[in-house]
Amino acid sequence: MEAVHDHHAADHDHHQPSGLMRWITTTNHKDIGTMYLWFSFIMFMVGGAMSMVIRAELFEPGLQFISPERYNQMITLHALIMVFGAIMPAFVGFANWMIPLQIGAPDMAFARMNNWSFWILPVAGSMLVGSLLAPGGAAGTGWTLYPPLSVQSGMGMDMAIFGIHLLGMSSIMGSINIITTILNLRAPGMTLMKMPLFSWTWLITAYLLIAVMPVLAGAVTMLLTDRHFGTSFFSAAGGGDPVLFQHIFWFFGHPEVYIIALPAFGVISEVIPAFSRKPIFGYASMVYAIASIAIISFFVWAHHMYVTGIPLTGQLYFMYATMLIAVPTGVKVFNWVATMWRGSLSFETPMLFALGFLFLFTLGGFSGLVLAITAVDVQLQDTYYVVAHFHYVMVAGALFSAYAGAYYWLPKWTGHMYNETLGKWHFWLSLIFFNMTFFVQHFLGLAGMPRRIPDYALQFADFNRISSLGAFGFGLSQLLFLYIVIKTIKGGKKAEANAWGDAPGLEWTVPSPAPHHTFEVPPVIK
Amino acid sequence: MSSGQKNRRTLGKLLAFVAVVMFFFGFGLVPFYKVMCNLTGINNIATADQVANTQVDHSRLVTVEFDTNTHQLPWHFRSLQASLKVHPGELTQALFEVSNDRNYAVSGQAIASYGPAFAAQYFKKIECFCFTRQTLNANEKRRMPVVFMVDGKLPKDVNTITLSYTFFEVDGNRAASNTGLQTVGAAGT
Repeated sequence: MEAVHDHHAADHDHHQPSGLMRWITTTNHKDIGTMYLWFSFIMFMVGGAMSMVIRAELFEPGLQFISPERYNQMITLHALIMVFGAIMPAFVGFANWMIPLQIGAPDMAFARMNNWSFWILPVAGSMLVGSLLAPGGAAGTGWTLYPPLSVQSGMGMDMAIFGIHLLGMSSIMGSINIITTILNLRAPGMTLMKMPLFSWTWLITAYLLIAVMPVLAGAVTMLLTDRHFGTSFFSAAGGGDPVLFQHIFWFFGHPEVYIIALPAFGVISEVIPAFSRKPIFGYASMVYAIASIAIISFFVWAHHMYVTGIPLTGQLYFMYATMLIAVPTGVKVFNWVATMWRGSLSFETPMLFALGFLFLFTLGGFSGLVLAITAVDVQLQDTYYVVAHFHYVMVAGALFSAYAGAYYWLPKWTGHMYNETLGKWHFWLSLIFFNMTFFVQHFLGLAGMPRRIPDYALQFADFNRISSLGAFGFGLSQLLFLYIVIKTIKGGKKAEANAWGDAPGLEWTVPSPAPHHTFEVPPVIK
Repeated sequence: MSSGQKNRRTLGKLLAFVAVVMFFFGFGLVPFYKVMCNLTGINNIATADQVANTQVDHSRLVTVEFDTNTHQLPWHFRSLQASLKVHPGELTQALFEVSNDRNYAVSGQAIASYGPAFAAQYFKKIECFCFTRQTLNANEKRRMPVVFMVDGKLPKDVNTITLSYTFFEVDGNRAASNTGLQTVGAAGT
């Protein structure tokens, strides 16, 4: 299989523009995947810098560095940039790189649209970051953009709305591309139920994106027309209802959680079998679990809205429906554990991050179950317990999974092995500092510290100091990752085609680094 | 064009169509929300309350304070009494006066809110100018009643309820379709 590409690659390369134009005009899925990954890392640094500002302000009680208005803008942009600019593009980058390689396709189905969906992102990203300079500053509503505040605030809000429109367009185009690639370009013999789980998670995630990103676009469009064109969807001034926005937002927002989590599950489902030297346990049940999580995610949105006065029956329904999601998620966690059972385990950096994911994501899932209980949530709504919960899911879940995937596939992308010692340092520092930052926030939340406030009462000072120190350490540790990646690109031990010796999957049958063009003649799958 | 490419384009277009449908689905949630609220009666702020028990509790006095506002509306709006002391269960009438300064007709809708907010469920309005849209002719002045009763179940520690009305402009074309108060529009002025 691996003999088929090299002379093709040479044919194609010479009529390709070089330098910067190569990247601007490229339609190659590997180039675009690389750009997505770099973009997401840059955005991760920007959003991370904002979280450093937040934690510096929270280092001690009182106001030290920034005004409360700027603080609100920081938490808003930190969330929007991390969700839409860092985590989502990172997994789209993985999808671009790995899906064609995993299913034996020569490229994505719509290669030019692929280029377009990437190049929208820097525009949207600079719109979000640039809104800090707008008169009145950036949106300060929190990433949920609730009216009436979002209807009243300055033009930074409009920039956020247009930024979200662009990010939505990019995601929708990317999703159309991914679904079409998976459904139409699989190599002969690659049936859906033989497809690697990472590709499976993306197939379902792409459907989720197509279903809910337009709803978010509609919601922010309604905000925009309420702000400037005299409609009254949400402004009580014309008889609208602000609570309606919350319903529409969370109809998008809850599936969005799984848009982020499912590809993370996919990466973990690749890494754990590779380092356990065993096929994944319960492949079919994994696929069904992904699908059922995706479907249930549409019917639980109002668990974010327990305190808006929804009727008791509604609260009970949303509570039980939310807890139901723990069933397929539990299936996945048990399958990962069962995959490791009596496996021939080794603990390279990707596996360490996967295990970190497994422990901490499960912990985040449990605090999610706590929050699902209406009676408890009424107490914990808008406290740091919620902040701790979703950072366990987003950072220890999605980000750790992205690191697992990055270390796992770096040899395939660069042709070199990364420095294992440094990778392990990166993992342990991240693990320790992550828990130092966020575990104590559970206590702060239980003690009643509200989120989204730049100041706090004295009794919260100690835990906040621990949390801030942890955050600074976590932020610095991520620079180590940048160093490791650059070092791996520049050189290092040469990686074999199958860099891990016996990792499963078609991507390990092509040489490392993967040539510019692969699978122009489809491989045959037994 | 190969058949594979054609399949791809068809699927691509189909998925793009689904995305467009979902965009409008988001807007479809707006009327759906209103229908749900009407069916379940969750959000009915503009209909008269049903009063079952009119037993007057003479042992207790609750102060009802009145507050009036207009939102970008050229009207003068005031309450003819600053506050009233009422017994729970007792039917009481309060009077409000509104006048239009413009030399053309303007329509407005009053929205009530309460302080403390949870007092809303114990404040029963039997008759209110806020149940209908009010249209004032050029320079017209109008007195309007609110007939209300404070429910005897009002928690004992609440001694004062503030009833605040805000008049919002409703100019037919613009807000009518989105008011969520259409149910009362027909009974208007």
